[in-house]
Amino acid sequence: MPQILVQDLSKSYLVSEREAGAWGAVKGLVRRRRRVIDALKSVSFSLERGELLGFIGPNGAGKSTTIKILSAILRPSSGRCEVEGLVPWRDRIRHVARIGVVFGQRTQLWWDLPVIDGFELLRDIYRVGEADYRKSLDAMVGLMHLERLLDQPVRQLSLGQRMRCEIAAAMLHRPAILFLDEPTIGLDAPSKLAVREFVGTLNRESGVTVILTTHDMHDIEALAQRVIVIGNGVILADTSFERLRAEVLTERRLFIEFAGAAPALAIAGVKVRSREGNSIELAFDPRQLPAPELIGRITAEYDLLDFKLEQPRIEEVIAHFYNLHGATEA
Amino acid sequence: MRVRPYLTVFRMRFALMLQYRAAALAGFGTQCWWGFIKVMVFAAFFRGTLTRQPMNLAQAITYVWLGQAFLVLLPWAADPEIAEMVRTGNVAYDRLRPLDTYFFWYVRAMAWMVARAVPRCAMMFAFAAILMPIVGLGDWRLRMPSNLEASALFAGAIAGVVLLSSALVMLVNLACVITLSERGANALIVPLVLALSGSIVPLPFFPNWMQPFLFVQPFAGLVDIPYRIYFGGLSGWVAIAGLAQMFGWTIVLVFGGHRAMTAAMNRLQVQGG
Amino acid sequence: MNALGLYRRYVGASLRAQMQYPGSFLMISIGQFVATFVEFVGIWALFRRFGQIRGWSFAEIALFYGTINVSFALADAISRGFDVFGTEFVRTGNFDRLLLRPRATTLQLLGYELRLNRVGRLMQGVLVLGIATHLLGIEWDVRKLALIVAAVAGSVVLFVGILILQATLAFWTIESLEIANTLTYGGVEAAQYPLDIYSRWFRNFLIFVVPIGCVSYFPILRLLGHRGPWQAPGWLLDGAPLCGVLFLLMSLCVWRIGVRHYTSTGT
Repeated sequence: MPQILVQDLSKSYLVSEREAGAWGAVKGLVRRRRRVIDALKSVSFSLERGELLGFIGPNGAGKSTTIKILSAILRPSSGRCEVEGLVPWRDRIRHVARIGVVFGQRTQLWWDLPVIDGFELLRDIYRVGEADYRKSLDAMVGLMHLERLLDQPVRQLSLGQRMRCEIAAAMLHRPAILFLDEPTIGLDAPSKLAVREFVGTLNRESGVTVILTTHDMHDIEALAQRVIVIGNGVILADTSFERLRAEVLTERRLFIEFAGAAPALAIAGVKVRSREGNSIELAFDPRQLPAPELIGRITAEYDLLDFKLEQPRIEEVIAHFYNLHGATEA
Repeated sequence: MRVRPYLTVFRMRFALMLQYRAAALAGFGTQCWWGFIKVMVFAAFFRGTLTRQPMNLAQAITYVWLGQAFLVLLPWAADPEIAEMVRTGNVAYDRLRPLDTYFFWYVRAMAWMVARAVPRCAMMFAFAAILMPIVGLGDWRLRMPSNLEASALFAGAIAGVVLLSSALVMLVNLACVITLSERGANALIVPLVLALSGSIVPLPFFPNWMQPFLFVQPFAGLVDIPYRIYFGGLSGWVAIAGLAQMFGWTIVLVFGGHRAMTAAMNRLQVQGG
Repeated sequence: MNALGLYRRYVGASLRAQMQYPGSFLMISIGQFVATFVEFVGIWALFRRFGQIRGWSFAEIALFYGTINVSFALADAISRGFDVFGTEFVRTGNFDRLLLRPRATTLQLLGYELRLNRVGRLMQGVLVLGIATHLLGIEWDVRKLALIVAAVAGSVVLFVGILILQATLAFWTIESLEIANTLTYGGVEAAQYPLDIYSRWFRNFLIFVVPIGCVSYFPILRLLGHRGPWQAPGWLLDGAPLCGVLFLLMSLCVWRIGVRHYTSTGT
């Protein structure tokens, strides 16, 4: 029995449209034109306990709609959804007691209060027993090094510090499922790495199921075993990240710095992406022409100073994937 | 002194305020209700007495409705933009403009006040002077000015109210700038206005021994003096004296406020804003 | 931890947050005290001129006045969450955060902030009640205390119900519309006097539609030993404050409709 079951989930919004301009506003008072927006069209997937899922898609694709339905903030128009046997929107209080949610942009802690005060309030809100609270608190403080942050008011924390406290706050009541919505947004590089490490550790060691929504593909690369891509309200892919990358873009890039001016290369199956001074950027398909062979051929004819072999950037993979399926920003 | 920039400020503020219509309508309903209660209370008081009062029931009722019509002309709070500036520390930026800070803010306060007052006043008059007689509540309506002289003097008085009230708002703004917070100033000005302007109870109803002091203090010109001119309670030379009192206080407050503001701004500049 | 315990927690947190700005608290409280007391002084002045209002004396008015002011001060102090609901929760989407917690949303909103500075109006109300006690020579026995406590409790519950209704509107209008000021501040203004001084339609509105009369006018009538406009039986007047509770229950039902609307349409 999967922990999370989503079957044929659909959500449509009725949006009143008003024509532009003053006359449109007047008309709008009398008769509203309604437009139906299908945010989700028969989405289905399931998650087992302990999985770490990356949930990606362009803006307006239906990511946040799905997350909201899963967390009982939104009711679907039709379809079935069960989390640990409960229907989220019907059993809101029981359901939300078992999940933790972290929003990248908004804090759930109290702005003017010290972090520890906020934690204690949450302990009471979630009805966590004193012993369990102590254990969770110590575990979180130890894992994310929160000792010196506990007495500071939340408003005085940096973004990176706050995010660590947010994750701790979300885990205090030992939820079975953790939703992370853009957890690394706006963080500096070391903080991003830290957050990824914490989330990975949490998932591995405590077995909490994690659903991660993000636009930062490095988050996905670092954490997600499984990726669901959603676009225009439908699931475009439900697979592991490597397979996604392999399926979508098989291109590899070769950057070469020549001893002299970069020559005009013409090799079958190799595309010159750019050329400037002594440097050249090539694109090729390693399935047709293996990398060692290509490099061998070039070094045979020319003097190289340096070269670099790269897979396409993850953003490109995903953008390409969106394009393939016409899943542009809504 | 260049007038154009001030006129522009006036116009911009006016336009901005006209956008706050929904809130205005809700507030209007509240005011009508408020007016009704006060009128009914007066009616109940007057029913049980035969002694002569400082004004009769019709005049008291008119006083109440005028109070509601011109409520927004009173200096209730510091200019919210200034409060915001003080809070964020942007006060010094105003110094960068090639305008005199005091008059810039003074004109803005006037514009804000007048913009909010015009629709409210029109609606209140329509409701209390026209609609109420139509539905049979004529006894409780807002009466018209007692005569032509009263109307003329009242027009002057209302202009005086705007000038005086804006000068008082500037005092509150000044307090904001000096204390670097709007809370204290706002908290103090409201009870002063309520107590001394006649907003709660027309000043003549207070004990006789208080009357000389009440007539002389600056807040009397916000409500009591203009309204009594309206229904003829103050007429002829006494009315002129009242107007003089209003304008006198305005001049004192403007000059004093201007000097204090200059001093305060200079201090701010020295501190680095 | 049950609801009451959690509420105590919320209060503690709110007080600690506000106590970081003691100067502001003091000034607003004093300002409130003076502003409300000035109104009482106005009433005193009117009584000096007129002597009585429809048979009621100054001291009796003080009793009505003090009770409703104490009640509103308390209700006002606890209901900030509902006052700012549209702007702080609906427009920003922060209501989602409330839905994500395993507690009733209304309880969380009640715990949002305890406005300490309402103590200004509260103190003023208590002072006026003291004046009324002295002038009327009231000896507070169990029965009289029960009546006044019922009046205050019923009024607080009614005011909170009105504010919940106002907040529910925000689910549709997004911004906070302060139209309930008519019923809250306006209700306080009206209930400062016994309702029989007003015209019949107004009085009936305040008894049958928005039962401010039931929660304040009737209990105090009983306290003073009057029978009221219809010579109603005593037990009816004693039980009238329950109307406040009924009104609150009705508001909570309307609130749930609002929440359902929110969760169906999203933000």
